[in-house]
Amino acid sequence: MPKEPYCWDREIELMAPKALRELQSQRLREVVARVYEGVPYYRAKLEAAGVQPGDIRSIEDITRLPFTTKADLRDTYPFGLFASSMEEVVRIHVSSGTTGKPTVVGYTRNDVAMWAEVIARTLAGGGAHRGDVVQNSYGYGLFTGGLGLHYGAERLGASVIPTSAGQTQRQVQLMVDFGTTVLCCTPSYALVIGEEAKGMGVDFAGLPLRVGFFGAEPWSDTMRREIEAALSVDALDIYGLSEIIGPGVAFECLQKGGLHINEDHFYPEVINPETGEPVPAGQPGELVFTTLTKEALPLLRYRTRDLTYLLPEPCPCGRSSRRMKRVTGRSDDMLIIRGVNVFPSQIEEVLMGIEGTTPNYLLVVDRKPHQMDELEVQVEVSERTFSDEIVKLEALNGKIRKAISGALGLSVSVRLVEPKTLERSMGKAKRVMDRRDLGA
Amino acid sequence: MTATQISVFLENKSGRLAEVTSTLAGGGVNIRALSLAETIDYGVLRLIVDKPQAATQALARAGFTVTETPVIAVEIPDRPGGLAQIVGVLTQRGLNIEYCYAFVAKRGDNAVVILRVDSVEAAEAALGEGGARVLGSAELGQL
Repeated sequence: MPKEPYCWDREIELMAPKALRELQSQRLREVVARVYEGVPYYRAKLEAAGVQPGDIRSIEDITRLPFTTKADLRDTYPFGLFASSMEEVVRIHVSSGTTGKPTVVGYTRNDVAMWAEVIARTLAGGGAHRGDVVQNSYGYGLFTGGLGLHYGAERLGASVIPTSAGQTQRQVQLMVDFGTTVLCCTPSYALVIGEEAKGMGVDFAGLPLRVGFFGAEPWSDTMRREIEAALSVDALDIYGLSEIIGPGVAFECLQKGGLHINEDHFYPEVINPETGEPVPAGQPGELVFTTLTKEALPLLRYRTRDLTYLLPEPCPCGRSSRRMKRVTGRSDDMLIIRGVNVFPSQIEEVLMGIEGTTPNYLLVVDRKPHQMDELEVQVEVSERTFSDEIVKLEALNGKIRKAISGALGLSVSVRLVEPKTLERSMGKAKRVMDRRDLGA
Repeated sequence: MTATQISVFLENKSGRLAEVTSTLAGGGVNIRALSLAETIDYGVLRLIVDKPQAATQALARAGFTVTETPVIAVEIPDRPGGLAQIVGVLTQRGLNIEYCYAFVAKRGDNAVVILRVDSVEAAEAALGEGGARVLGSAELGQL
């Protein structure tokens, strides 16, 4: 019997697997009934798949349910998949869509409370507790990172400093002055903080900072070691996506051996992205989640497009929840840059809207040492956009940069390049060059 | 009587200028004057050549982004104050020079300067009234 870990919700987190399956089965029945009754779009989808709520008796029946994709969210924009009336919805967040419409997610009061609970588990998983000083450097706003961590840290009973991202020198100063013990931000921003502190002559080895919760973008164990050395912390990976809840879907404990899935709320499956068939634990595939308890936006078998696998063996920490390996890639072409989801199709759409610009572009993502991820959009100069005057070319550059930055909610740089320098192959051009080293 | 300038978009990478010049050489085109404006990422090469049409065709075929731009080639006395006089004429009329560059070769005792202005016709008129001589493509080709 492993030593009982410090955790936020002992009853759930240490629940015997059999009892957990029963809980999941009961909740699955409830959520299927909820969407069938409350969401006409889902009722039609279930009927098209030949499934009645009564057919779903246990969690094993989940494979009978149809998948939900980002396209379903787009088709029902903005609130068409909500299962609660707007009187019940107390929060709305927004993230990127593939084209045109962003992805909209809603929360009832109970959803917000559940979200805070799973974040409290996440923070406790890294040993954080009441009395800790939590500096939350995730962006506050439409992005779920800031407010998600914020409510959870308050639920835990920590003292939250809502710094949001940016103004790094001040971030470091507050860490020193307030004795910050817990840091929440993207992994690349953690390295920026480390570098800034070094420049300011601040040594984290002499400070109370103890643990960091890093997510919202892909990273690696190499980067973990780098962050741990720079900030003198345990660097833990957290996982989430706004469609499911935001951060808090899964978290690493101090074993750092994969992420515990809060599977009493978010039921995980891994499927073959080509066939949609489930793959056994330990086999890589696409991660799929069913929200078991969400009220405002319950989703059945939502295809995350994130590639990873479920770990077959239980964690030595003693928690009974299943773990997923760090996400290693995507089954679509979405990029995650500084916490912002970017689809090449969004950029194509912007370029098509600019007079004379051809949709010939290349996205170059780079992560230079101790710097935030950068997105450079290379755009081919066409006969129509070319001018002999540098001023006009620079104005074009600025116009494209502004339009793309505005559409993505992410500042990008634009480089004008000669036509046909961007690789084309078999009619479908290579659109993305990701130079970030995301290997293990 | 405007002259035709060939403008070429060039990324800042080694060998691109060499490719332009060898493409022109291959097309039997002789460069009479040139200027290169640059930014961090790219440059714009501006050329006055003896056979503008042949130059444009050859460069376009070789995959370059190329356009023809009307510019003014004006003779100026090759002595202190020569350019100041011409610029003064345009400034008085409120005409803006986007950029200018000079020919290496002289025409008699005079130098030749290429002017890119926002209003070619107004500039030509102003220069004519100011006593300056504007050269056409044919004359430039013989320089």
